[in-house]
Amino acid sequence: MHKKMAFSFPDEVLEHVFSFIQSDKDRNAVSMVCKSWYEIERWCRRKVFVGNCYAVSPRMVIRRFPEFRSIELKGKPHFADFNLVPDGWGGYVFPWIAEMAGAYPWLEEIRLKRMVVTDESLELIAKSFKNFKVLVLSSCEGFSTDGLAAIAASCKNLKELDLRDCEVDDLSAHWLSHFPETYTSLVSLNISCLGSDEASFSALERLVRRCTNLKTLRLNRAVPLDKIANILRHAPQLVEFGTGTYTADVRPDVYSDLAGVLSSCKELKSLSGFWDVIPDYLPAIYPVCSKLTSLNLSYATIQSPDLIKLVSHCPNLQRLLVLDYIEDSGLEVLASSCKDLQELRVFPSDPFGAEPNVSLTEQGLVAVSLGCPKLQSVLYFCRRMSNEALVTIARSRPNFTRFRLCIIEPKTADYLTLEPLDVGFGAIVQYCKDLRRLSLSGLLTDRVFEYIGTYAKKLEMLSVAFAGDSDLGLHHVLSGCESLRKLEIRDCPFGDKALLANAAKLETMRSLWISSCAVSFAACKLLGQKMPRLNVEVIDERGPPDSRPENCPVDKLYIYRSIAGPRFDMPPFVWTMDEDSGLRLS
Amino acid sequence: MENDLNLKATELRLGLPGSDEPERQMIPRPNKRTLSDIVSEGSRSTTEEDHQDTAPPAKVQIVGWPPVRSYRKNCLQGKKHEVEGGTGMYVKVSVDGAPYLRKIDLKVYRSYPQLLLALENMFKLTIGAYSEREGYNGSDYAPTYEDRDGDWMLVGDVPWEMFISSCKRLRIMKGSEARGLGCV
Repeated sequence: MHKKMAFSFPDEVLEHVFSFIQSDKDRNAVSMVCKSWYEIERWCRRKVFVGNCYAVSPRMVIRRFPEFRSIELKGKPHFADFNLVPDGWGGYVFPWIAEMAGAYPWLEEIRLKRMVVTDESLELIAKSFKNFKVLVLSSCEGFSTDGLAAIAASCKNLKELDLRDCEVDDLSAHWLSHFPETYTSLVSLNISCLGSDEASFSALERLVRRCTNLKTLRLNRAVPLDKIANILRHAPQLVEFGTGTYTADVRPDVYSDLAGVLSSCKELKSLSGFWDVIPDYLPAIYPVCSKLTSLNLSYATIQSPDLIKLVSHCPNLQRLLVLDYIEDSGLEVLASSCKDLQELRVFPSDPFGAEPNVSLTEQGLVAVSLGCPKLQSVLYFCRRMSNEALVTIARSRPNFTRFRLCIIEPKTADYLTLEPLDVGFGAIVQYCKDLRRLSLSGLLTDRVFEYIGTYAKKLEMLSVAFAGDSDLGLHHVLSGCESLRKLEIRDCPFGDKALLANAAKLETMRSLWISSCAVSFAACKLLGQKMPRLNVEVIDERGPPDSRPENCPVDKLYIYRSIAGPRFDMPPFVWTMDEDSGLRLS
Repeated sequence: MENDLNLKATELRLGLPGSDEPERQMIPRPNKRTLSDIVSEGSRSTTEEDHQDTAPPAKVQIVGWPPVRSYRKNCLQGKKHEVEGGTGMYVKVSVDGAPYLRKIDLKVYRSYPQLLLALENMFKLTIGAYSEREGYNGSDYAPTYEDRDGDWMLVGDVPWEMFISSCKRLRIMKGSEARGLGCV
């Protein structure tokens, strides 16, 4: 009997239905239903997300999605944030811009993370896309304020310019004056990473004054405190604001000016900046605290009592970034005042000090986990931990989706029992069934990986350092974690066996980073030969890996799936293992 | 030996705990020190001479650990104060014709010959000899740098100490292009 599949909806109807489907995952699923759905979906996909810019070529993307308006690209591996990826590794956006410039005059949005963006790329964007609206550069580098000037001058419909944690060559603050006087469409401006010593305040003021739709404004450190009032006065509609340096001679007129202008910002929900804070000026923000949902004090070097006072004024806080000056006592206050807290990040004020400089321990994290029922995302730096604390945390907060713990000294044992922290982290993965991201630290054996492989079924990203005893550890993770997409490992005794035994798994993941471990060059070659759809890249600044014995461990290894084949832009210290010879110099 | 920098005195052997891999040669790398002899609690560690304390011993920094981003580290120390162990003096190096930039730590070098040798090794090119009158005439490449005033100078024109304190970035130009610089 021949069954006829009746998909009798006209294409337009399907297209309309698909337009309600925004998530990439769902869109990808839709495109796999059948050939006609694939076709319809690809013509109406407006937002494209490429998690690894080397997984696919620009031409392939453009061929499949002829009419997208927005693209998001990610480049370097995450460990690049901590200087583990040498400069010049790659992640250049220019080839993408060049291809899109030809194909897509109507591109509106570009979002990039960890990519190298040159002034040339920015100038090409400015020139090529007439309706360009959104530029978000997150942890990018390679450009200067000249490139920004080009964007400012040409993009008449620009709504969003967000430079998050970028390394920008600050040649001149006058790039801001390149926004024409007729330009008024700015909605979001984040220049917090710019470092210029002089800032063009009048240009900034004029820009803010004429852009009446401005909702987000994040200034850089160079903007002095006494200038903020003048800027804010023209933007009472701001929802998100980042100060510059938050210090000045204590003057009552400056204070009252600032307090007055802040209290007229009735929509303010998010505050950040606060470099060089002096406590005297903090009360100026008290009037807006009750509405705040997000507060970034991670640059504020103020002590616990001032932090406590501040935090107690913010009952609606959902997101807090703070230095460990807050101490356990401050976190206890946070736990009792901020019942809506969802995300907490506590950064170390003295990461390289041998001795603790503040009284921040596992107790603070326990307090927040017990007290904040909605807490789901944590990044916590501390110097001691216990299995008991981790188990308490896991049991009281099974709704964690992101749990990143950094015990500052590598291989630190449970301070109470001197045992490894396997059981503690095991509890985290066992109780937190929706855990998507996990970073481990402390003294850990292969056992913790057994727990992770057994329980962490929704885990998508795992970061491991100075942990494990043998290949078995890595094997547990690769064979057990069904949802794993990104795995990054450094300084662990993981070698060839687990990697080769789980080669097929690597094709189901976005990428694997493994450095200062025990993976031999021979294994890398073998992997490259066996797995044509993986790019196996050896990074080694000591020289060609074949100048050493084959069983020598490689320095760094980055493996990622790709349909674009080996890349062509590798620097001299990166070698790709491919099917042919097992060794190709760039 | 030109490569006999300070690092020789504090040379560290690389080896993972419990593994029997052959020892790796520790070559003085301009832009980082690596340590995989993990310092466990209570054991001594070696440090650079300049930062020697009497008690307790200063920690040896492991590259990229703890995982704190550089802009956060810079903020905390303020602009003048150095992180224990030294953050170094990193400047970008570009080479005409090469699509990528490198960063090097100028503090690692003690003299022009050392720096030039390192650049030659890093980029696999020859720079040749510097002369006051002719600059790098005759070389394939000439190293130049941008100083605090934004001027482009030939590397070698000023005394080393002055160079170190004023160099913002390096550019290795094709020899022919550099002829205009550094002329008497």
